[in-house]
Amino acid sequence: MSTWHPLCALSDIPANSGVAALVDGTQVAVVRTVDRTGREAIYALANFDPFSKAMVISRGIVGSKGDTPFIASPIYKQRFDLRSGACLDDASVSLPTFPVKIEGGRVAVQA
Amino acid sequence: MGTKTLVVIGNGMVGHKLLATLIERGEAMRWNIVTFCEEPRHAYDRVYLSSFFAGKSAQDLSLLPTPTFYEDHGITVHLGDKAIAVDRQHQVVTSAQGRTIPYDELVLATGSYPFVPPVPGKDATGTFVYRTIEDLEGMMAHAKTSKVGVVIGGGLLGLECASALKNMGLETHVVEFAPRLMAVQLDDGGGAMLKRKIEALGVKVHLNKNTTEIVKTPEGRIQKMVFADKSELPTDMIVFSAGIRPRDELPKEIGLTMGARGGVVVDDHCRTSDPHIFAIGEVALYKERIYGLVAPGYHMATVVADQLAGTSAPATFTGFDMSTKLKLLGVDVGSFGDAMGATPGCHVIGFSDSRAETYKKLVLSADKKTLLGGILVGDASAYGQLHQFMLNQVVMPAEPEALILPSSSGKPAGMGVECLPDAATICSCLNVTKGTICAAIDADNLTEVGQVKACTKAGTGCGSCVTLVKDLIKDTLKKKGITVTNHLCEHFRHSRQELYHLVRVQKIHTFDALLAQHGHGEGCEICKPAIASILASAWNEHVLKGPHRPLQDTNDRYLANIQRDGTYSVVPRVPAGEITPHQLIVLGQVASKYNLYTKITGGQRVDLFGARLEQLPPIWEELLAAGFESGHAYGKALRTVKSCVGSTWCRYGVQDSVAFAIEIENRYKGLRSPHKLKSAVSGCARECAEAQSKDFGIIATEKGYNLYVCGNGGMKPQHALLLASDLDGPTLLKYTDRFLMFYIRTADRLERTATWFNKLEGGLDYLKAVVIDDSLGLGAELEAEMQHIVDTYQDEWRTTVENPEARRHFRAFINSDAADPTVVMVSERGQVRPATWDEKASTLTTASI
Repeated sequence: MSTWHPLCALSDIPANSGVAALVDGTQVAVVRTVDRTGREAIYALANFDPFSKAMVISRGIVGSKGDTPFIASPIYKQRFDLRSGACLDDASVSLPTFPVKIEGGRVAVQA
Repeated sequence: MGTKTLVVIGNGMVGHKLLATLIERGEAMRWNIVTFCEEPRHAYDRVYLSSFFAGKSAQDLSLLPTPTFYEDHGITVHLGDKAIAVDRQHQVVTSAQGRTIPYDELVLATGSYPFVPPVPGKDATGTFVYRTIEDLEGMMAHAKTSKVGVVIGGGLLGLECASALKNMGLETHVVEFAPRLMAVQLDDGGGAMLKRKIEALGVKVHLNKNTTEIVKTPEGRIQKMVFADKSELPTDMIVFSAGIRPRDELPKEIGLTMGARGGVVVDDHCRTSDPHIFAIGEVALYKERIYGLVAPGYHMATVVADQLAGTSAPATFTGFDMSTKLKLLGVDVGSFGDAMGATPGCHVIGFSDSRAETYKKLVLSADKKTLLGGILVGDASAYGQLHQFMLNQVVMPAEPEALILPSSSGKPAGMGVECLPDAATICSCLNVTKGTICAAIDADNLTEVGQVKACTKAGTGCGSCVTLVKDLIKDTLKKKGITVTNHLCEHFRHSRQELYHLVRVQKIHTFDALLAQHGHGEGCEICKPAIASILASAWNEHVLKGPHRPLQDTNDRYLANIQRDGTYSVVPRVPAGEITPHQLIVLGQVASKYNLYTKITGGQRVDLFGARLEQLPPIWEELLAAGFESGHAYGKALRTVKSCVGSTWCRYGVQDSVAFAIEIENRYKGLRSPHKLKSAVSGCARECAEAQSKDFGIIATEKGYNLYVCGNGGMKPQHALLLASDLDGPTLLKYTDRFLMFYIRTADRLERTATWFNKLEGGLDYLKAVVIDDSLGLGAELEAEMQHIVDTYQDEWRTTVENPEARRHFRAFINSDAADPTVVMVSERGQVRPATWDEKASTLTTASI
């Protein structure tokens, strides 16, 4: 069964951006959002961009479409729902997501 | 090739239109077509002749879609050969070069020539007419040794010509025999307003002047003009623009029925008194009238095409609406229908505003229900709409004056394009109806004028209907429930220009502050980089400074250009392309050490590809040590100022283009803008640096530098336009400061200067007024804003490399020092390239992807 992997301090991830993590050989994009009311959220999804076939998702721009938080691939700009991994620009595409948590100011991901 | 022969004499705009129409309808296959062209080149756009002075070439003006357009369709063209005789009995045309061509049908499209009044001295050196590219070349050559230029004739073409003289830097005068300018199209009030406006632009207007003599120097050059009232005007150059006369020697000689004052008489099918000879354009006389505009000529061409094709319901020519809208010396003028109010019992509404310098007049029918005509001077924005109301006899509102009062008083409801019938002809040059345009917009979801032009050809003639086409796009999309706004995105209900203004005026320094005060939601991949760019243009803080970093697109975030495999390329600045041997060696050493693919760029730099994220800081440490700095190839910013080698080495160079390009590149490096900016400096008119394809380009002259702006290479090439000539260095930098900052202020996001210019109301004249004449009073402010950018420049890479906190972000993984194992290179032509997906899949385990 998957285990929790400690990654980094929450403060290592600048607000409203992502970092890549290597978890047992799998690349995970970990994204931290802080909305305009100051509410924190953390998400983890695959770092693999199925459109460009490159490991780049963590380097995208974070934003919102309506109430949906997303990250946009830096290569061809497709947007992915941070919560579900679903691509907002192509319903047939979706990124795997991973359980992620903040504990004692540190981020851990399950993979 | 067909069995019957058609000979077309004359390859002007109308002659070309006939050939193009025949080709389009497949008639070129049925006929053996031969055309004679007296000029040394194929048909070109005489309507835009003055753009030749603004830097357009003869090739730019050509009407042929490709140079071999005629040949490709089996049409024989005899350039530089003139048809001199026609044997009507045997149906044979003879040319000056001795060609004899038997014909079945003959079309005369010989056009007209400028009338030169029989004044003593009219042949002095320095007298010109304004008709052909050769005339223009002669004028340009003579202008170089002239200070003063006079146009005789204050009509439409004369004023166009005055604009050309003014642009050549001459003290410009217009001499008119009549008591007002544009006597055919304007009344006294309109003429007076036009005179006032163009005199304010520095053109001197002399009315009621009858030229009695042109006095020559002993060498035969013009010295001065003498008028009937004994007054005199010294000048170096005179251009006659006193009307046109049909080129009708040939039809006269062969005995066709002629008008009393010239022109070959034609019927409703443009047939002359010989059933096998047609006449079209300015040589044809229909009901005692010569039609001296391009639109009626085009219509005549389609009428004759119908006859040649044997169309069952052929079109006829029964006169033409001579309404016109144009821009003369930057002044909008429109005149339509019964502009003078000559209809018995008609009503006239006038509006004149000497502050805004506008004059508007409407002529209503006796029952006040329909519009008969009107005049617009200074602001002709309502022309398209009013003209259509007249043509379609749209019933006028109770207070029609609202149609011409300033827009702040509001347009009456229901008087937009929507009240025109589908049958209304929007583009009269190409005969395109509202119905056709709306159907195209609807079917293909067109949103831009350019698309409508491409689909329907509407707006590709004189261009006066473009505003109307814009309105139709808006209206059609609105009906479909699509609203067209210029809002940046769902988070900001403002255009980029408005946001730039808010940032400046309210001194906003962060995205979060702007979002809190003027936005909604959390931002997105559209507004974040756009606002980061605005903040950088305004305040010039480091793009990776704390709150700015997450706003940046990946290129700006890592100060390098992302490639398809997620690696980056590195482009150090090489100002003007000048690089030392040592620096070249260092580039080679760095590329070897980090196994980078190297390629020379189009901007005279070297691009190093295939660097992984964590390699970027150490690569830059080495480049900085060799004296390189960031090249900003990753930013929407000034890229490179390309240069030729210049007068230091080149035997043709007239200025040191390399030194000036270095100065310019160092001045504007790091400047963030709505899109990338490219520049070049050429050391002479041979233009080896290709400055005319840049956002701003400089070409050296004997006296200084010419500044060109808004050019573009890339997907949609566009020649840059001449903004100012023979500038010294400091003035050129001053104009460039103003130009760039004005662009940065007003452009949309990701809008290059060329696209921005194409949308700029008022075009080149407006831009010149803002940049050179400081018409908006913004000059000092724009210069100060640019000086701030120059003074606060920092090398983004040096700051980053020297800051351990900033370097922390250049890691492949937050929890490991490993390199990204999915970046795989293979070897090709002695260098690396990224492995293809198939190549990679065989070497990687599924776990890693």
